[in-house]
Amino acid sequence: MHSRPTAGLQGEHILAVEGLTKRFLTRDGALLAVERVSFGVKPGEFLSVIGPSGCGKSTLFNVIGGLTGGYEGSVTVAGETVNGPHPAIGMIFQEESTFPWRTVLENVCFPLELVNMPKAQRHEKARHFISLVGLDGFEQRYPAELSGGMRQRVAMARTLVSEPRILLMDEPFAALDEQTRLLLGDKVLQIQQQLKQTTLLITHNITEAVQLSDRILVMTYRPGRVKRIVDIKLPRPRTSEIVGSAEFGLAVAAVWNDLREEASRGMRESENAARAERKT
Amino acid sequence: MNTASFALARALPPIVGFALFIAAAIAVEGLLRLGVINRFIVPLPSEVAASFGRLFAEEHLLARFLTTCRECLYAMALLTILGIGAGAVLHRMPLLRRACETPIAALASAPIVLMYPLFLVVFGRSATTIVVMGLIAGLPPVILKTIEGLSGTRRVLINVGRSFNLTPRQMFVKVMFPAAVPTIFVGLRLGLIFALINIVGVEFLINFGGLGQLINDLAERYDLAGMYAAISFVVLVSVLFFVITERIERWFSQAA
Repeated sequence: MHSRPTAGLQGEHILAVEGLTKRFLTRDGALLAVERVSFGVKPGEFLSVIGPSGCGKSTLFNVIGGLTGGYEGSVTVAGETVNGPHPAIGMIFQEESTFPWRTVLENVCFPLELVNMPKAQRHEKARHFISLVGLDGFEQRYPAELSGGMRQRVAMARTLVSEPRILLMDEPFAALDEQTRLLLGDKVLQIQQQLKQTTLLITHNITEAVQLSDRILVMTYRPGRVKRIVDIKLPRPRTSEIVGSAEFGLAVAAVWNDLREEASRGMRESENAARAERKT
Repeated sequence: MNTASFALARALPPIVGFALFIAAAIAVEGLLRLGVINRFIVPLPSEVAASFGRLFAEEHLLARFLTTCRECLYAMALLTILGIGAGAVLHRMPLLRRACETPIAALASAPIVLMYPLFLVVFGRSATTIVVMGLIAGLPPVILKTIEGLSGTRRVLINVGRSFNLTPRQMFVKVMFPAAVPTIFVGLRLGLIFALINIVGVEFLINFGGLGQLINDLAERYDLAGMYAAISFVVLVSVLFFVITERIERWFSQAA
């Protein structure tokens, strides 16, 4: 990992993305996934990135997480350039990512084993984070014995146990039903408030973004650019009860106003592409 | 579910399986006694059961059984080391993998047992010939399933490993291998079946070793009941190794 001093968005931001552009080579030529994306996340802040399908949200997740290279611009964590997976960034994936051959406790212990923490100590620490995500009593269960929401909480505990400075989540509740999603949102809020965890959430769900975030970055349809950053001024601490408030509705409407045009454009272009493919 | 009903639920399948086996034996006995099945081809199950005592006392059935078990054990150990090792190496080297995959798959369907004269020349009329022929017959499924298992590791699990900055060795030991264990064990079981068939077949052909040689001797003496009893012990070897691989798989999965 190389570090170099950079200026601009850093300073008060623990995570800074500056002028990020990423192209992919496809059979139809170069595809511009994201273009000149710049933003910063302050310590303890919850920032969501929202955009229509195909706007490069997952590309952004992979670049910030250090899983994808070959981009223009820079990603820095506390002034240190990210050139690969950074120890300060903990990632939670959209797909089911628990290790099926490990129990809940063993899954959560995984990062602690890598740093050779003594068994008793790592069990104690893992149990604390299992409790934090509300899975007490399930330590000896295997992921196959748990629901989708519980498995995502195991993945969350496994990431949190390594105490990352930044939590990076890629649509972690996308595969879950709406009620579970709202309740897990409560859990995330509670954890974020308790740990003062800096969090960057990639999502396409407006209510989820408004429920959880301090700010929401709205992206344009392909190529993904920053369209606007919306401040969510809802009071904290929050719970899912807030979804019934008028302020919540206004915030959702404000984000949707920005997103609607992009989502419509995305839908139109997808349909045109499908038509063109059928013709050829 | 209380302890007693849990124990009953666990014991019921083998009890039902045994009862079905007894029922099938009784049915065959009846068909033989009624003359529906020719008694010169199939012996009475009661005669087969009665012959066990004679086989243990006069034909050293237990020693023969243990000889075949030992040969299978050696073949299994070599299959595990060489098969999984070769599969892992081929998975790491895509060019070599593409070059070798088809010939290895073709080897799986080749009648290797017919090559026994060549192996007799190389290793002599010995247990080594039997084990090596079993090993060669069993290798293809183990290699191919190891490659399949490692290649089939879900992308997200590899990304989890990458997000924790795993070294290539840690990635293999902690993520890819455990993820591939169920597929690798399918290959090991298939390999063991091929190995056992070849081990008993070569014992039969070269008239050396354990149960295969005994079956050959009894067939030449036209001792049908004894021969079927000896064959049932070959099935027992298969069951034994199946149970062993199942236990090892469970242990591996939990240890990873």
